[in-house]
Amino acid sequence: MAATQTVEVTPRHRTGHARPGSRGVLRWLGPMGPALLMLLLFVAGPILWCFYSAFTNTALTGTGAGNVQFVGLANFQRMLADPQLVPSIILTIVFVVGSAIVGQNLLGLLIATLMQNRGRVIRAIVGTVVLGAWVLPEIVAAFIWYAFLNPEGTLNMVFKGMGLPAQNWLYTTPMLAVILANIWRGTAFSMLVYSAALSEVPPEVQESAEVDGASVFQRFWYITLPLVRRQIMTNLMLITLQTLSVFTLIFAMTAGGPGTKSQTLPLLMYQQAFKFSDLAYGMAIAFVLLAVGGIFSAIYMRVLKPEI
Amino acid sequence: MARPQNNYLGVTSARKAVSATLVYLVLAAIALVFAAPLLWVVLASIDPGAQLSVAWPAHPSFDNFAAVLTVDTTLRPMANGLLMCGLSAILTMVVSVLAAYPLSRYQLRFNRPFLYIILFSTGLPVTAVMVPVYSLFVQLNLLDSLVGTAIFLSATQLPFSIWLTKGFMDGVPISLEEAAWVDGAGGLQALRSVVIPLMLPGMAVVAIFTFIMSWGNFFVPFILLLDPNKQPAAVSIFNFFSQQGQVQYGQLAAYSLLYSIPVVVLYIVVSRTLGGAFTLSGAVKG
Repeated sequence: MAATQTVEVTPRHRTGHARPGSRGVLRWLGPMGPALLMLLLFVAGPILWCFYSAFTNTALTGTGAGNVQFVGLANFQRMLADPQLVPSIILTIVFVVGSAIVGQNLLGLLIATLMQNRGRVIRAIVGTVVLGAWVLPEIVAAFIWYAFLNPEGTLNMVFKGMGLPAQNWLYTTPMLAVILANIWRGTAFSMLVYSAALSEVPPEVQESAEVDGASVFQRFWYITLPLVRRQIMTNLMLITLQTLSVFTLIFAMTAGGPGTKSQTLPLLMYQQAFKFSDLAYGMAIAFVLLAVGGIFSAIYMRVLKPEI
Repeated sequence: MARPQNNYLGVTSARKAVSATLVYLVLAAIALVFAAPLLWVVLASIDPGAQLSVAWPAHPSFDNFAAVLTVDTTLRPMANGLLMCGLSAILTMVVSVLAAYPLSRYQLRFNRPFLYIILFSTGLPVTAVMVPVYSLFVQLNLLDSLVGTAIFLSATQLPFSIWLTKGFMDGVPISLEEAAWVDGAGGLQALRSVVIPLMLPGMAVVAIFTFIMSWGNFFVPFILLLDPNKQPAAVSIFNFFSQQGQVQYGQLAAYSLLYSIPVVVLYIVVSRTLGGAFTLSGAVKG
């Protein structure tokens, strides 16, 4: 823990009024008890259990089911030797970079920038459509994109109309298909974050730069971007964590296929733990996912630190 | 049309007009690209002969909705979802308010580390926790329990909800409570009679947000509820779609809309309550 005391945003004057029944531990443990219990049982407990089980041979059926043994690093050794693991990690990185860091982030920034100071009507239309894609349940978004990219779907209809060859997108370019779907689904969040951030940028700065003859792009690059740097960091962290654990969208669109061509880590974990009943190996993969998530989460906290 | 008045020397209004037109064209293109996939689900739902591409219905009717509105297909799963998500929303709201009170009102040594841990856990991938949670549910004999699944959904939403609730509570001035304490009210009494009435909108936001997140969640009920009679709409719609040989696309679209309506409505309610934080309608401060 850092020894530096960051200043409270709103310094509240808490006088120690002697209140009946407000002595000692019970004062906070009472009201916080239910939350602590739920978090311990359903969040912290499973994570620790995952940590432990990753070193055992626990399984749903067979020898590991009734007779759990400690197997050391066997699961992790198996993981390293698993021909599916490295491709899965690469696909996960491709998915996160392609759909979140590049796609949602830049498209969200672009939309937010273009919508600044525009008319109410266009903002309402664009905002509604983009938000609509975000509000729909994930499984519905997956169906919509399954239909959209199908050989008989809308995209191919447009392609045929333009005289281009139709394609079975979900089969030939499964990663591109799920990345596009996830950009469509998640851009609204980045757009909201950046719209809020850009509205905080004082217009006087922009105007004086304009008078000095800075071009639109120069103004954006040298003035706007540095001013919203922190929001960009925060947004990148959040969408990375979100995208890292996307399961439903890919599962419903391609089920990780064809073959294992779109099998990211969450799908590999599901397949091993629930399809092949190899719980321990699934735990080991979950452990890796949690570790990666934990690292990103820790960075995110460092970024947000002054706000607590 | 609220144009910024920055027609400065050196920038001709003609060039401004060209760039504005360009911006509108790009925005229109973006809106069109985003709308195209959405259009299919709306049009196909009222088209009994719907295929996979966008087409204007030849004989628009509500036959698709009538076909899926049966007990087994839609009504029971919707009721399951309502029970499960409603329970998790109420539980999250109550537990969050209780937990936020000491964090917001007492100066405790562990407040800061606890808030750090809360913030940290908002970032952890819930997907990864599902494998150990499954074995936990097997151990506790909670598989196929709607209540168990609701409590788990609540727990996963708690970190964010406590964070949110504490934010709302910090906005309630402590001086009002001090008056209640002087009158001899205890901490929880002051919370109930003074603080909660003042932060009801905030609590509603937390509850609705939890409901939306649970309603849209597929993976958690998919893993923890195996009995088709217990499954919420998220899972039953997937099964409906994947276990049929000949998919009725019009019915799938109709079902998708029925399943989406509650969250869309609730989202609109929340964005109205929170105003600028969730919507884009607020004009940029000039």
